[in-house]
Amino acid sequence: MNKNRFVIFTGLVLALSVAAFLSPFASKDPDGLDRVSKDLKFEEKAAPELLAKRLIFSQIFDEYSFKSISKENEKLSTALAGVTGALVVFGLAWGIGKLTVKNSAPKE
Amino acid sequence: MFSFPIHIAMHIPDGYLSLPVSLGTGGIAIALIALALNRVQSEYKERTVPLMGVSAAFIFAAQMVNFPIVGGTSGHLLGGTLAGILLGPWAGSLVMSVVFIVQAVMFQDGGLTALGANITNMGLIGTFGGYYLYRSIRSLVGSNNWLGMSVGTAIASWSSVVVAAGLVALFLALSDTVPLSVGLTAMLSWHFMIGIGEAFITLSVTSFIWKTRPELIYSPPSQRSASQRSVNVTINQADE
Repeated sequence: MNKNRFVIFTGLVLALSVAAFLSPFASKDPDGLDRVSKDLKFEEKAAPELLAKRLIFSQIFDEYSFKSISKENEKLSTALAGVTGALVVFGLAWGIGKLTVKNSAPKE
Repeated sequence: MFSFPIHIAMHIPDGYLSLPVSLGTGGIAIALIALALNRVQSEYKERTVPLMGVSAAFIFAAQMVNFPIVGGTSGHLLGGTLAGILLGPWAGSLVMSVVFIVQAVMFQDGGLTALGANITNMGLIGTFGGYYLYRSIRSLVGSNNWLGMSVGTAIASWSSVVVAAGLVALFLALSDTVPLSVGLTAMLSWHFMIGIGEAFITLSVTSFIWKTRPELIYSPPSQRSASQRSVNVTINQADE
């Protein structure tokens, strides 16, 4: 059990490290779909105001950055947003798994 | 103050897809999630649960890391095939859905109206298509050796990106956003290359796990996992 906890802990640390240390240095070039939308000139079809902007989270996050952190600290902002998001999906996926999987009543 | 509609955002935004395509793919996604919840409940064991959390965290983080390819274009991991290989198609689908929902709801990445399409393209195609392609190739090349796993992983993850890109072109064509032949050519030509990145990252992760903790993989190499499995069966029976 301890061995498994170690593996899970290590995996989580690796994932958070990717979010914290690699995501701020991600390429800013448009990705595949983004590039195609520019080349084929249908990017203007994207809704000017994403529906998600009406949600409460948009008051905290501007895409993968914190609104409260200034643009000068863009890399820090991206790193923190990445770590936050990774922790949220970690908790949600674990929680959904826990609630769903049979025989998942606590053993201790 | 005008902000670029799709800045770091990487998935299909609101506005590209017509209502029927949004509803259709939304229906597919909801059915997938409902079925996956059902199957995970009946088929999965407790020990998969923490790995679901870790896989979600890793795939979320890795999707943020766009890597440059050629011509001023970048790509990023989709992760569906990785989730399928590590967790099997059902738990893998749940994890991918969690990732896309959080990206759309919290980080405005991918439109809420395109959520079903994004889950279908980047989740379902990898967790099912990618997974079964990987299993088929693995059984042909060698189910219990590293080579079989690796060839299966590389081909399946590359293919999942190319198929997903093709499907996006199809959705865009059905939505009258861009004609199929034009959209397909453009999407495929970039994603042939982006798929290589997907294969590289997916293979690095699965290969590392295969060599260090092979029993974590959904369908582990049989010799080494046999004792592990019987232990788990015993534990689970004891619980009941």
